[in-house]
Amino acid sequence: MLRMLLLPVVLTIAATGAACADKVTTFTLNNGLEAIVIEDHRAPVVTQMLWYKIGAADEAPGKSGIAHFLEHLMFKGTATVAPGDFSKIVEAQGGNDNAFTTQDYTGYFQRVAADRLELMMQMEADRMRGLILTDDIVKTERSVILEERAQRTDSDPGALFSEQRDAAQYMNSPYGIPVIGWRHEMAALSREDALNFYHTYYAPNNAILIVAGDIAPDAVKALAEKYYGPIAPTANLPIRMRPTEPPQLAERRLSMADARVAQPYVIRTYLAPERNSGAQDKAAALTYLAELLGGSSTTSVLARAMQFGADAKAIYTSAFYDGISLDETTFGFVVMPVPGVSLADAEADMDKVIAKFLVDGVDQAAFDRIKRQLRADDIYARDNVGGLAREYGASLTSGLTVADVQAWPQVLQAVTPDAVMQAAHEVLNRKNAVTGWLTQPVDPKTEAKP
Amino acid sequence: MKMRFVFAALVAFALPAQAEIPIQAVTSPGGIKAWLVEDHGIPFTALEILFRGGTSLDPVDQRGVVNLMTALIEEGAGDLDAQGFAEARDALAAQFSFSANDDSIGVSAQFLTENQAEATDLLHLALTQPRFDADAVERVRGQVISNIQSNAKDPATIAQRRFDMMAFGKHPYGSADSGTEQSVAGLSRADIVAANKASLVRDRVYVAAAGDIDAEKLGILLDKLLGDLPATGAALPPDAVYALKGGVTVVDFPSPQSSVVFGQQGIKRDDPDFIPAYMLNEILGGGRFSARLMTEVRDKRGLTYGIGTYLWPMDHAELMLGQFSSANANVAPAIGLIKQEWADVVKDGVTADELAAIKTYLTGSYPLRFDGNSRIAGILVGMQIEGLPIDYAKTRNEKIEAVTLDDMAKIVKRLLKPDDLHFVVVGQPDGLTTTP
Repeated sequence: MLRMLLLPVVLTIAATGAACADKVTTFTLNNGLEAIVIEDHRAPVVTQMLWYKIGAADEAPGKSGIAHFLEHLMFKGTATVAPGDFSKIVEAQGGNDNAFTTQDYTGYFQRVAADRLELMMQMEADRMRGLILTDDIVKTERSVILEERAQRTDSDPGALFSEQRDAAQYMNSPYGIPVIGWRHEMAALSREDALNFYHTYYAPNNAILIVAGDIAPDAVKALAEKYYGPIAPTANLPIRMRPTEPPQLAERRLSMADARVAQPYVIRTYLAPERNSGAQDKAAALTYLAELLGGSSTTSVLARAMQFGADAKAIYTSAFYDGISLDETTFGFVVMPVPGVSLADAEADMDKVIAKFLVDGVDQAAFDRIKRQLRADDIYARDNVGGLAREYGASLTSGLTVADVQAWPQVLQAVTPDAVMQAAHEVLNRKNAVTGWLTQPVDPKTEAKP
Repeated sequence: MKMRFVFAALVAFALPAQAEIPIQAVTSPGGIKAWLVEDHGIPFTALEILFRGGTSLDPVDQRGVVNLMTALIEEGAGDLDAQGFAEARDALAAQFSFSANDDSIGVSAQFLTENQAEATDLLHLALTQPRFDADAVERVRGQVISNIQSNAKDPATIAQRRFDMMAFGKHPYGSADSGTEQSVAGLSRADIVAANKASLVRDRVYVAAAGDIDAEKLGILLDKLLGDLPATGAALPPDAVYALKGGVTVVDFPSPQSSVVFGQQGIKRDDPDFIPAYMLNEILGGGRFSARLMTEVRDKRGLTYGIGTYLWPMDHAELMLGQFSSANANVAPAIGLIKQEWADVVKDGVTADELAAIKTYLTGSYPLRFDGNSRIAGILVGMQIEGLPIDYAKTRNEKIEAVTLDDMAKIVKRLLKPDDLHFVVVGQPDGLTTTP
């Protein structure tokens, strides 16, 4: 959830890459603020990102959406910066700024000429503790987040269905609650809710500072000590312990019909392990599995089996997995059938393809191509220092360490076909799965139910 | 027309500027011109190619053929079928993408230095010997039709399409460049081959490269890659006549929120007043939080999640467009505010503070755009197709600094026409109906 829509691509987290960053330096301030400096001196630009280890999944029951709402409200002023002036001051320096919230983290960033970093740090440190909110401001901004929900979720049947599927996937984990919040709870969020959340969780010992670009680590450290250093840590910071999933014993199936659906599809997600500190092998194997089964619309196992030939069943197939997550994540498939093929047939065909893969095993040539591409991605990723900064931020707020991020490319290169098959057999278990059909409204007599 | 917001960023990036980046003009032994920024820090090269013409080259009865052809370029070439081509590309870890819009076809490539020769050969194969196999045509045709069906149910796309249709009628700009289900269903392989020969041609090609390559190697690469394309192609379309008057058009669509596209005529990219016009748009409706529309419609009243306007100069017409979404109850007040802002600027102009702030922002943010090979190559190819000189980067900020309040007053009077604003509203807005 971004504060604003008009910057696309901001949240794309590269699956690989950071280990090749030219120079990565870390330090920790006495108050617990962790800092990472990623040097890239090709252009006179610097990005400051401040990541809080707090996200929507850390919200109290009944307060869904408060993490994201607070993210919006963080631009509403302090004793020294008037409401709405934060972005104006950044723009007056020729910079851009924005913020984002997910289940696991909340982040703020500014992108400016390298010699403007000090002011950015001063302002970011100022609003870590100095936020001032009035009831009027909170009320108006609440209308904005309700419009945001209307635009991004309520107007999009795919997004609405995704919320319903997540709620079914996670029986106990707060990942079953949408980041933006359920509308009825959002409408009741108050100034007090926002400030409680803010005072509880926004603290130097709950944050990670990332500065990327044309700057030396020593200079960053001096500025960080000057602006963030004096902020006292929060002594009673709540331990990040969330409800976790019990064993999932029963497959869940759901269908949703909406007149706005143009292309029906079947989508299945399985509960899957995430990357864990010091133990990323399984996630690396699942990364290959997703690529092999559904990474390419031309050469993946699903595409070859379902999208080619005279009796092709699907217009589109894909497999997806993102291992950066604090708690258990999902591995998924989506299949969009060609006109005339029912979702039941498409799903049956998809299951046949998966079953055959589990018997046949990995095609070595395909495996080798993916391995080479993952290595090359590591090189291409270095072209985008902002992307590297996001990868570190997302990882470190999701339970990983700098060492884990830097080890990841090697972990990927060490994956074997056997490891991929073992992960496949473990994860592709229908008891852990939610299968969804998103359809157009149809005559109930002509379409089977999932 | 399609994907206007995505491309809008490119227009902004393609503005002149002042970065300290040495841009080399390269002419290959065979006479193909390109701009190059050398940077040997990372062992790969980003290559951006644009062919002027794009989907507006569609023959009248073949709407969508350039779009379909472009989607088929990497679906098999030479002795490789679609899967064989993808395997070869992936084995090289090269990245190719092909896109088409109203005025151009784009080719983006990234390849590792160690695979440069092989990657170039493979891309050359796609550009010069695409197979357009029957099964690939049918498969991709199905995907294109699926997209057309999705767009037909997307309120933001419906709004944009309706605006285009009312503005430009039968000109290619007046219809979706992916075509209709019927027109795409009727395209033959011969149509696709003809579109390929008519659009990927040498005398309308613009090239930029950035990364781990020098001028000599780039010259050799360009001859290999583009040297045997046809010299020239189909005639470009005539200019489009803007036929839309001020008013409101409501398209009924059951949804809690309405999607709105609004606009009026804009200004040509090569107009001497383009820079002040660009600054005016940024002050009034730029996608930043300090822009007037964002302040009034979002920050002060919470009527939308985001609103922005932009200048949209095309090769054969020019628009000033805006977009937002609002709950059905909020649309009419939001439209009232937009009209009021338009009228206020016409009445009172912009302030000295606003002018100073936009100068600081635009001149300061310019160098931030040039941070990476891919982005640099994209900016450079855009500058070329817009006809900007190679040293424009150095003078761009001076041109912005030189703009006075008088210049702004002049462009306000010339550009902004409150009575001409037309709003296309897709939804079920309270208290709004189509004006006669």
